[in-house]
Amino acid sequence: MSSLTATDEQISATKAKVIQPAWVRVMHWTNAVAMILMIMSGWQIYNASPLFDFRFSHDITLGGWLGGALLWHFAAMWLLMVNGLAYLITGFATGRFRKKLLPITPSGVIHDVQAALSFKLAHDDLTVYNYVQRLLYAGIIVVGVLIVLSGLSMWKPVQLHWLVTLFGDYPTARYVHFFCMAAICAFLVIHVLLALLVPKSLRAMIIGR
Amino acid sequence: MAKRSFLIPGVDKRLLIKDSLKVMPDLTRRRFIAGGASLGALTLLTGCDVIDSSSAEEMLKSVSKFNDAVQDFIFNPDALAPTFPESAITKPFPFNAYYDLDDAPEVSAADWKLEVRGLVDNKKSWTLDELYKLPQFTQITRHICVEGWSAIGSWTGTPLRDFLKLVGADTRAKYVWFQCADKDGYNSPLDMRTALHPQTQMTFKYAGEILPRAYGFPMKIRVPTKLGFKNPKYVVSMEVTNDYKGGYWEDQGYNSFSGS
Repeated sequence: MSSLTATDEQISATKAKVIQPAWVRVMHWTNAVAMILMIMSGWQIYNASPLFDFRFSHDITLGGWLGGALLWHFAAMWLLMVNGLAYLITGFATGRFRKKLLPITPSGVIHDVQAALSFKLAHDDLTVYNYVQRLLYAGIIVVGVLIVLSGLSMWKPVQLHWLVTLFGDYPTARYVHFFCMAAICAFLVIHVLLALLVPKSLRAMIIGR
Repeated sequence: MAKRSFLIPGVDKRLLIKDSLKVMPDLTRRRFIAGGASLGALTLLTGCDVIDSSSAEEMLKSVSKFNDAVQDFIFNPDALAPTFPESAITKPFPFNAYYDLDDAPEVSAADWKLEVRGLVDNKKSWTLDELYKLPQFTQITRHICVEGWSAIGSWTGTPLRDFLKLVGADTRAKYVWFQCADKDGYNSPLDMRTALHPQTQMTFKYAGEILPRAYGFPMKIRVPTKLGFKNPKYVVSMEVTNDYKGGYWEDQGYNSFSGS
């Protein structure tokens, strides 16, 4: 943790240069791997008892069958959980969330959405997130927390029955888990697309500047 | 609701049969990890063959064992599974197995005896009439399948912990291992703490009626704190043991603790 703080001080010193501190980059890519493993194995688990009238193609799932997919899901779970918790703690402790993601005002969001849709949203200063980014990044953190909580209630519906009650009942927690996955996938598509449209933002997430 | 009842009966059963057929053949039975296609997808993503199938399998097995330990650690034997009113019961309650209902065991009540083995004082076998005389209780709980679907049912029977006490079982032993009459010899180990959980039941009735063939006649072990595959039906013997003897699905890769 002390090394992380040191990195942060370093940022303020060389603010113009470092856009994404090392801890953000490491956790971002760790999360990317964990998420992809969770989503692909999750699709295979979904296929065992689909909630809707469709199944995911076997080509894009992980695990081969339900048993294999469950092993992947409950292994990648640790990576996602540990990394996610570390990210939340560091994000709050360093004030990054407050500095980067707040405030989110409705007028700001409306203005930036309009600007984005007419391709006038500028990215001159990558250290400052626009309102669309703030909303999406803060929103996906909330979705991330929700998908973990709904997942935990499906994993331990007796031990954590109070958590299940929070979602209504066990079947509802399944739907919440599914829709959070869908939201993350939608985010992923937009996120990757925008990163490719503004390649310097992708570079910043890889080498930091 | 309509959606759920549509899901339960047909869909998963077919898939389960398909899954089991796929994994059954002798030596490949234990190779439960990804077929080429899905691992191929991951290889494409990473651009190199990072996941060697057998080492991934070993890694996943170790994590699953680690998960057994974690689940055992956080298992609170006093935490009760939620119970429901009769109005919440799922009708019809789904039949679910790795075979069709026609292939379910047909156990003759007159010939059947429950064999009790292992670390117990009294190894006598029990007839159905003898077991029916034990005090019975009814509980309405949610059955949760490893596939994700769930259904609420009403089960009546004797708490397993009372029976274990009656036969003088060594409750310091690690497992109670059940063997069943299903084709291919279904079996499943139950950790002792779960076996002693107040809601773990030797079940003789479903919805107030003698357990029908579909739900495991003559005896099922109902464990509301475990996934469905750890609720064995058509039980023919129980063994109190310190050895991990594996189980039908556990051996194929389902997490062994699989507790909820």
